[in-house]
Amino acid sequence: MPPFIRVSNLTMGWGDVILQRNLTFQVDRGDVFAILGGSGCGKSTLLRYLIGLETPLSGEIVIDGLGRPNLEVGRPPFGVMFQSGALFGSLTVGENIGLSLEQWTPLSHDAIGAIVRAKLRLVGLDGAENKLPSELSGGMKKRAAIARALALEPPLVFLDEPSAGLDPVSAVELDELILTLNQVLGLTVVLVTHELPSIFKIARRCIMLDKQTKSILAEGDPCDLRDNSAEPRVREFFNRLAKRA
Amino acid sequence: MTETRIRPEALLPTAEVELSDAKGEARQVSLRGTLTFAGAADIWSRIRTGTATLKEGDEIDFDVSQAGAIDGGTMALLVHLRGELAARGVRAEFTGAAEPIQALIHLYKGDIDATKRKKRKAESLLAHVGRATVQFFEEVQGVLGFFGSAVLAAFGLLREPRTGNWKAILPTMERSGADAVPIVVLINFLVGFVMGFQGATQLKQFGANLYVADLVGLSVTRELGPLMTAIILCGRSGAAFAAELGSMCVSEEIDALRTMGFGPIRYLVLPRMVALMLVLPLLTLLGDLMGMLGGLVVGISSLGLTFGGYLFETQKAVSMWDVFSGLIKSVVFAMAISLISCQQGFATTGGAEGVGRRTTASVVSILFALIILDAGFTMFFHAFNL
Repeated sequence: MPPFIRVSNLTMGWGDVILQRNLTFQVDRGDVFAILGGSGCGKSTLLRYLIGLETPLSGEIVIDGLGRPNLEVGRPPFGVMFQSGALFGSLTVGENIGLSLEQWTPLSHDAIGAIVRAKLRLVGLDGAENKLPSELSGGMKKRAAIARALALEPPLVFLDEPSAGLDPVSAVELDELILTLNQVLGLTVVLVTHELPSIFKIARRCIMLDKQTKSILAEGDPCDLRDNSAEPRVREFFNRLAKRA
Repeated sequence: MTETRIRPEALLPTAEVELSDAKGEARQVSLRGTLTFAGAADIWSRIRTGTATLKEGDEIDFDVSQAGAIDGGTMALLVHLRGELAARGVRAEFTGAAEPIQALIHLYKGDIDATKRKKRKAESLLAHVGRATVQFFEEVQGVLGFFGSAVLAAFGLLREPRTGNWKAILPTMERSGADAVPIVVLINFLVGFVMGFQGATQLKQFGANLYVADLVGLSVTRELGPLMTAIILCGRSGAAFAAELGSMCVSEEIDALRTMGFGPIRYLVLPRMVALMLVLPLLTLLGDLMGMLGGLVVGISSLGLTFGGYLFETQKAVSMWDVFSGLIKSVVFAMAISLISCQQGFATTGGAEGVGRRTTASVVSILFALIILDAGFTMFFHAFNL
């Protein structure tokens, strides 16, 4: 089976500034794939390239065999949860989730309402459809953003720092939700994170970006990299929690 | 605040700084007692004054062996002073630090070589003018590019009307139009009133009182009505659009829209543009009426004109074309206001400060564009005797 996402020799940057060069990796269907690395190495920027918000300096991104997503034409075959949630502040949570359904499906208003309520139940936000985003906590905003990303049943979701800034309980709950969505719906998940507990719990494969060499420092199973990587910086990254303890 | 305490028995009630310059010995700043942020200003000025005469190649020690405690703020200032001395070529080191103070020095990087900081060279006037000129043309290019994108989005919307955000038009019309009625009425009335007074003073001298109606009627319908109303909308709606879209931009809402398959221009800009293009001509008509009413009040109260006489003269002087030309202007002004404000909103970066900067820039740019467009219209109409 061909990979769901194939990235070949991707070079990211702007003007004379190169952020990362010649990145090559692939994400399989049904995988939970993490993009890791220290601050400023380009994790979130790589996500923006993958979802078509930025144009590569060179290289190729192919999603589902269709090439780089063109956001100007039609709807992309994925959902995205941004770091801040990026819910539309002037719309209620229900309207946020129903927006794509109104735009891209011929469903009636009632049917859209039913789907919205089902999605909110899925992410544990029953009864929140009439609330404004400003009335939600950080964790609830992220859950609502996941529900919005899943509104059109995409086979792939991109999550930018899903558990960043959440309390440990909310972070664990969100990790479990992502894992459940992956296992039950067969959803392919690509996430950017630097939360070690999340990485070990949900990611099956990962790449680690390096700011110094502007390239992929390591690729593979996070637990395997933690225990067996020959690269000291990789071991140091994965073992930093253990050290602190 | 980071605070390091040592030898409680050695704590002195106040901080003390001594500058010693013993012959043949290294210069020394003796820091004694409890050095807290409260006394930092005194320490700062004393060390700066005392070391002002030091020259390149001189050395000085910051002796902290007698310091009972130093807090983080004071240490930050001491490290900064050390850096300042280094910039002048004076070598300064902390000496006699007990372990906890040594840790604090290390924390504030006071134990590494203080390198000379490069002072940023002030930009020359020529470079400043050059950069501002390039920025100006980049802004113009941005607006023109945005206009092109808006035209493409409008064609796309005509092909697929279903994808339009039609329901946003009415609320935007209400916010930009209905809510602006009181201020439009007041400002235009006062403009007509003031113009009537100014005109009356001059026209009275020639016994041409009646022509106040001509002056006010033509000026208001052809120039001031559309322009003043557009300026009011620039301040109200233009600033609001830029701030609203700017906030959406920095909170990634625009990106979210794009990844959901919504063209942000089609979804956010076109409804605003359509709403303004519909309400600004209506507000302009209202403004024209109010301006003429202002002139009428002056005519009746100061010049002894009759209501009927003033109206008759206005009717004689102001043609339908005069009103219509003002309305044409107002449609173009509405396009300019919505395009520039939305373009500035979309170009926002850098958080809340960026939103404020872009909002200001949008109002300034719109005012500039309105004046240029108005001048262009006047010349065009004049050239074709319209």
